Amino acid sequence: MVSEIFEGLRRAIEMIISGNPAVIDATLRSLYVSGTATLLALVWSLPIGIIIGSKNFRGKRLLKGTFNALLGIPTVGLGLILYLMFSKSGPLGMFHMLYKPTAIIIGQAILITPIMVSFSANAIEAVGTEVKDLAKTLGASEAEASMAVLREALPGVTLAVIASFNRAIAELGIALMLGGNIAGLTRVLTTSIALETTRGNFELGIALTIILLLIVFSLNFAVNMLKREQT
Amino acid sequence: MKKLKLIGIMVISLIFISATLYLFVFSLQGRKRLIVSTTTSLYDTGLLDLIEEEFEDKYAIDISFISVGTGQAIEYAKRGDADLILVHAPSAEYEFLTEGYGVCRKIIAYNFFVIVGPASDPAQIKDKNVTCALQRIVECGHSGKVVWVSRGDNSGTHLKEKALWMSAGLNWTQLKDEGSWFIESGTGMGKTLLIANEKEAYTLSDIGTYLKYYSEGRISLQILVGQSKGLLNVYSVMAVNPKKVPTVNFKDAITFIKFLISEECQTLIENFKKDEYGQNLFYPAVNLLKNDSDSVIADWIKEYAFFNGTECPQEYWDGHPELYS
Repeated sequence: MVSEIFEGLRRAIEMIISGNPAVIDATLRSLYVSGTATLLALVWSLPIGIIIGSKNFRGKRLLKGTFNALLGIPTVGLGLILYLMFSKSGPLGMFHMLYKPTAIIIGQAILITPIMVSFSANAIEAVGTEVKDLAKTLGASEAEASMAVLREALPGVTLAVIASFNRAIAELGIALMLGGNIAGLTRVLTTSIALETTRGNFELGIALTIILLLIVFSLNFAVNMLKREQT
Repeated sequence: MKKLKLIGIMVISLIFISATLYLFVFSLQGRKRLIVSTTTSLYDTGLLDLIEEEFEDKYAIDISFISVGTGQAIEYAKRGDADLILVHAPSAEYEFLTEGYGVCRKIIAYNFFVIVGPASDPAQIKDKNVTCALQRIVECGHSGKVVWVSRGDNSGTHLKEKALWMSAGLNWTQLKDEGSWFIESGTGMGKTLLIANEKEAYTLSDIGTYLKYYSEGRISLQILVGQSKGLLNVYSVMAVNPKKVPTVNFKDAITFIKFLISEECQTLIENFKKDEYGQNLFYPAVNLLKNDSDSVIADWIKEYAFFNGTECPQEYWDGHPELYS
């Protein structure tokens, strides 16, 4: 086992330095797909998070509970449901999105919505109503007051975004079901790892895993640097 | 300090922008797309990557291989999510044809499944015929001397295994409930081989995956029953019927079928990894069936994978008799 991991490490370094085209292709696609999915999910998750985190309404606990529970949705299961939707004989078949990066982007955006909503709602809730009330007494409008709350909750929201991106880039089921792991079109890092493993190329699988980890680590590191700058 | 922050933001956004640009520039604009659903055991050998390369050099068509189990491959085609299927399960293929989904079937290649087991061979099945070998394994399994690992995942290989048990007068569904000597791995061929190796068990494998794992020293299991009639494995291709599933790319599917049966591609199949393993991974089938050049094996193929005496009954030619001349 140890020898395979070391061999994988060596191969990973080798592939990065030599610029192995298949690896670069999968790596860039992973970044593009999961990055876009994160931005897309942010568009609807942040407003939902703000509403749940800052307002009181009937059914709020139920809604929060639902999002919390959906954190654990199995990616293969979600992938299968979405496959049936996107399939040519499914309700969204006419858009021809299956086996294209777009399908994975939408799938991953749905997958990470619960994470973003739950984390950001919690962060906003933690800021409390005081900030909002204070802003309002100082003459801020409702929207301005919400912005003030959001600014206070920014570290928590950033964490929500990072956690979401990490989940998206590391998931396999959706990329496999909706993308089909097509070389040069929908092959991302995780599907490459799965493929090389079934092909028996364990070292290559480990090498790709190391590259995936490097991305996640360096991104988190960069964000931490940013946060330190702010405080 | 402000500067550092700016650089950080710039670096992150630059990564995403360059990734997007790269993929945009290299995306498959303007080329027609052909989706082929195929079985993992075939795709995992790497043969299809080579075929894709050669084909795309010649034609302005982009092939996308979706590699899944045989059952899933057929289901994808029925739903209109694939234009072509490349599989190895004659009974399922026949159903696909008669249900009106498949047309223009061509047998393109064959090889043999292998029964592998520990070198010590406690059940003494080496070079026995398949039926006899399986019966011995069951006998020794009952007395706790050997273990059998079954895929149990409805893959082409698993369907083959079920059929083999059946022809040996045994029933897979009953066997799997017999307990500790009969293990269901429920996973792919590679992992199944690793499990069998770990437990010094017997299992049925496709030759490609076995040779790959064996040559890399991951397993020490030996081929105990090889090239024989019962273990024949036949790969064929079928286009999806545009009359049944109107959205398919039928025209390019025919182009691809013609390429698969061309002399050039058949040679490619013949020589694939032959030097690396010192034996054939696949044997081309087109000329063999046309010329009856090796009549014993040709007869085996006809018996195993022909329907009503032909690889594709005339009513499923769908206006392409040139494929069968």
